[in-house]
Amino acid sequence: MYHQAVYDEPFIFEIRGRKTVKLPHENENFRLNIPEKMRRKSLNIGDREEFEVVRHFTRLSQMNFGVDLGFYPLGSCTMKYNPRLNEEIASYPGFRDIHPLQDEDDVQGALRLMYELGEDLKKITGMDAITLQPLAGSQGEFTGLSIVRAYFENRGELDQRTEVVVPDSAHGSNPASANMAGFKAIEIKSNKDGKVDFEEFKKYITKNTAAFMITNPNTLGIFEDNIKQMADYAHEMGALVYYDGANLNGIMGKTSPGKMGFDIVHLNLHKTFSTPHGGGGPGAGPVAVKEHLKDFLPVPIVTYEGGKYHLNYNVPKTIGKVANFYGNFSILVRAWAYIKLHGEEGLREACERAVLNSNYMSYKISKIMPVPGYRIKKHEFVASSHDEEGKLPKASDIAKHLINNGVHAPTIYFPLIVPEALMIEPTESATKEEMDRFIEILKDAINTPKEQLEKEPTNLKVGRIDDVDASRNPRPTYRVLMKANSKN
Amino acid sequence: MDNINDILKEMGLNSIDDLFSDIPPNLKISSMGLDAGLSEDEVRRKAMEYASMNKTITQYHSFLGFGAYNHYVPAIISAIISRGEFLTAYTPYQAEISQGIMQALWEYQSLMAELLDMDAVNSSNYDVSTALGEAIRMAVNITDKNEVLIPKFTHPFKKSVARLYARGSNINLVEYPFDESGKIDLEFLKNNVNENTAAVYVEYPNMFGIIDENVAAVKEIIGDQRIMIAGVNPIALGILTPPGELGADIAIGDGQVFGLGLNFGGPMLGIFGTRMEYIRKMPGKIMGVTKDSNGKLAFAMILQTREQHIRRERAVTNMTSNMGLMAVASAIYVSLLGESGLKKLGEINMGLTNNLIERIKDFGIDMPFQGSPVFNEFYMKLKVSKTYLNLAARKSRVIPGAILGQEFGFDTRKEVNMITNVTERNTKEDFDAFMEFLGKVI
Repeated sequence: MYHQAVYDEPFIFEIRGRKTVKLPHENENFRLNIPEKMRRKSLNIGDREEFEVVRHFTRLSQMNFGVDLGFYPLGSCTMKYNPRLNEEIASYPGFRDIHPLQDEDDVQGALRLMYELGEDLKKITGMDAITLQPLAGSQGEFTGLSIVRAYFENRGELDQRTEVVVPDSAHGSNPASANMAGFKAIEIKSNKDGKVDFEEFKKYITKNTAAFMITNPNTLGIFEDNIKQMADYAHEMGALVYYDGANLNGIMGKTSPGKMGFDIVHLNLHKTFSTPHGGGGPGAGPVAVKEHLKDFLPVPIVTYEGGKYHLNYNVPKTIGKVANFYGNFSILVRAWAYIKLHGEEGLREACERAVLNSNYMSYKISKIMPVPGYRIKKHEFVASSHDEEGKLPKASDIAKHLINNGVHAPTIYFPLIVPEALMIEPTESATKEEMDRFIEILKDAINTPKEQLEKEPTNLKVGRIDDVDASRNPRPTYRVLMKANSKN
Repeated sequence: MDNINDILKEMGLNSIDDLFSDIPPNLKISSMGLDAGLSEDEVRRKAMEYASMNKTITQYHSFLGFGAYNHYVPAIISAIISRGEFLTAYTPYQAEISQGIMQALWEYQSLMAELLDMDAVNSSNYDVSTALGEAIRMAVNITDKNEVLIPKFTHPFKKSVARLYARGSNINLVEYPFDESGKIDLEFLKNNVNENTAAVYVEYPNMFGIIDENVAAVKEIIGDQRIMIAGVNPIALGILTPPGELGADIAIGDGQVFGLGLNFGGPMLGIFGTRMEYIRKMPGKIMGVTKDSNGKLAFAMILQTREQHIRRERAVTNMTSNMGLMAVASAIYVSLLGESGLKKLGEINMGLTNNLIERIKDFGIDMPFQGSPVFNEFYMKLKVSKTYLNLAARKSRVIPGAILGQEFGFDTRKEVNMITNVTERNTKEDFDAFMEFLGKVI
C-alpha cells in the first residue's frame, strides 16, 4: 500500500531562531543616506538557522509527488523522465555564471549551444527560423500570435483579419493567447470522431480569419488527417496556420508541422524535450516560423557569421522583446543535452514508445469505460467515466483513488467536449507493469462503493480538500490567514 | 516483462508502424536530419567544451548589473530544488498529493507579501518584464481606462516587452520624464494624469539606481480611481519602505536577485502582488489555505475560474506554466537570510556602492544625478568612445557596467553613458581594479 510522508510541518514563519548565514562584508559599517520616507521600519519574517531551513523544505519535498517517484500520466503535460545529465550540465559554472550583457566574445559557448538547439528544433519541426526567447508554452503562443498580428499590420490587413479560429478541443491557453494578442477567438465544433470536419472548417475560415490555430495530434490524441487540406485552404483564404506544439511528442520524427503546412510553431521544451516542470515551471516555449515570417521574430536572434556567434538585433519588422533577456537559458541547456543524447533515432523511438504506451492503455481501458474518438491514438487519449446507467464513478473520484495508490491522476475534466474526461498520457517513460498497475487501480475504483471513494484519499498528507471554501474565502498569504484567524 | 512485441501482440498488431497508419503517406518524413545520439559521457564532454568557451563573471572584476545581478547564491538552494519531488512535479492540479510544493509556494507568496506589504501575491510570473506587461493589462481591466504612464527611463528590454503586451490589448503607453535630480517629474504627472489614465508605473530604485522618494507622492496625485504600479528591486526591500506602504496597488519585481544566479539571463522570477480587493483580477496561480474533509489545514489552488483552462478566451491571462521552482528557490533564500540578513544585505549593497561613488568623486567624472541617493547602481557619463572604454576595461579585467545606447538617443562613439552595479560579491580587489580602469579612461 502507498503511504506518503506525513509531517505536521509548521509554517516557515513559526520556525524562529538565530540567523546563521554569513554574508560578505558583514562586519563592515556603512553610512546610509536613505531618505526618511523611504526607510523601512519593520519586516516581519523572522530569522532561523540554516539547518532549520533545510529540514523544513526537505520535509515539504517529501510530501510531494514527481516523475522521479512514480507514474505521472497527466494528459497534455508530457511528464516524461527528466535525465539527471541535464541538471548536471546546466550547473556548470561556464553556463551558470555568465551575465546576459557580457561581450559576445565571452559567451561564444552559450551562443553556440543556443544556435545548435535552434537548428535542431528547426529540423525537428521542419521550419526555417526560430526564437528561443519565450519563457513558456503560453508565452510562445502569445509571441506567435503577436507575429501574426505584426504580419497583417504590415500588409495593411489588420482591421480586417480579427479572428483566430480554434477547435473546441483546443488547450484553453489558445483562445486566451488569441485574446491577449488582440484577436477574437472563434471555436469550431469537433465532429463525432473528435476531429475537425473539413466542410465545417471551410465555413469558419473567411476574409476575417488571421490564423487557424490547432494542435495535431489534438487533445483527444487523434491525428487530424485533413490537416494539409485545411492548411492549404486557410492559406488560399489569406490566413496563417499556427501549430500548438504541446503534443509534438506524438509525431516527432514521423511527420512535422512544416510538412503539414504550418507557418508558425511553438514548442514546449518542458514537455517534449524533457526539461523538468519544477512544480509549475520554468518552462521554455521557442517559436519557429517559415521564411515569410522570419522578419517579425523577437530580438535578438542568434546568428552565425564570420566564424562567430552573434546576438543579432537586426530583425527588420521585429515585434520587439518578449522577455527580460534571451529566454530561460538554463532550460535551453537541458533541452540541448536531451536532443544530443537521443539524436535522430532516439527522438523517433521516444515518440514511438510514447504512442505505443498510449495505444496500449487506450486499448485496455476501452474495455472498462468509453474511449471516444478514432481507434488509433497518438501520445495521449481521453477516457470518459460517463455511462447511461450512471454506474461509473466521477472522474474526480477516480483521480483521488489513483493518487491514494501512489500514481498520479490523469488530467481530468479536459477537454471540455468529453463528459467526465480522463486525459491520459503515459509518455515513453512507463513500463508495461506500471501501465497494468494503473489499469488495475482504475478497475478497482469502479468496483469501490461510491461512499468509500468519496472518503479518499486516506494515504496522503491530507484528505479530500474543500476547494469551494478555499476560493470563497481566499487566504493567499500568512498575513491574511492571521487576520482571518484573529476575527474567528 | 516489458517487451514491445508482447504489447503489440496483445493489441493484435504486428508493428509499431501500424500505430502511425493514421498519418497520410504524403505527410510522413523519413528523416529529421539530426545527428545520431551520443552517450551520456559524450554529451557531458561536449557540454564541458562549450561551457569552457565562456568566460564567467567571476573571471572579471565585474560591475555589470542592469537587469541581472551577481548576488551570492547559498549552497542549500540547489540542494533543495534539485530534489526530484520538487524538480519533477507538475503544477499541483492534484492538491492532496502535492501539499509539499503547495505549502512551499504559499510560503513564497507569504514571504513576498511581507516584503512588498501586499496581502495578495501569486505563485509567480515569468520575469519582471512580463509582470509589468500583465500589471498594465490588469490595471486597465480594473479601471476600464486605457492609458498607462511609464518612465521614459525604463530598462529598454522591459519597456519593449511592456509595449508588446500593451499593443495586444490596445493600451496606450505614455512616457513621463524625470526631473533634473533623476526622480519622477511630479509636475508632469499632475498635468498629464487625465480621465483616460488607468495607471502610473513607478520604480525604486529606478533605472539609474536612485531611491526616488517622489514615489511616495504619486498615489495622492493619481487618486483612488487609478492604479499605482510599483516596480522594486526586491533585494532592496530589507532596508527600503515597501510598495504597499507607499500606496501601490500592484507591486512587481524580479526575484532573480533572491538566490537564482545569472544563468545568462534566465530563468528569472516575476514577483507579483496586489491588494486583496484586486485578487480576482490578478494573473497567475495562487495557493491558498483551506481545510480537508477532516478539518485539517490544507493547501489548495484558489480562484481558478480566472484561468485559461476554465475561462478560456475570457481568462485574465493566458499564463499556464510559471516559475514555480524559482519561487521555491527564492522562498528558501528569503527564509535563510531572514529579516536581519535581508536588512544587512541591503546595507552592504548600498554601503559598498556609496563607498565606490565617494572614491570616484575625486576624478571629476560627470555623474548627472549625483546627490540623489542610490541603492546599488549608479549612472556615469564618460567622455570616451565605447570602443576605447572596452579596450581599457579589458586591460584591467574590469567589466565596468552596462552601456546605454541608441534606445535613449545616446551616441556611443563620443560618450559612454553607463550604469554601474555593486553587490555584496564585489571585493576590495574589484574596487581597486575599477579605480585603475577609471584612471585610464579619464
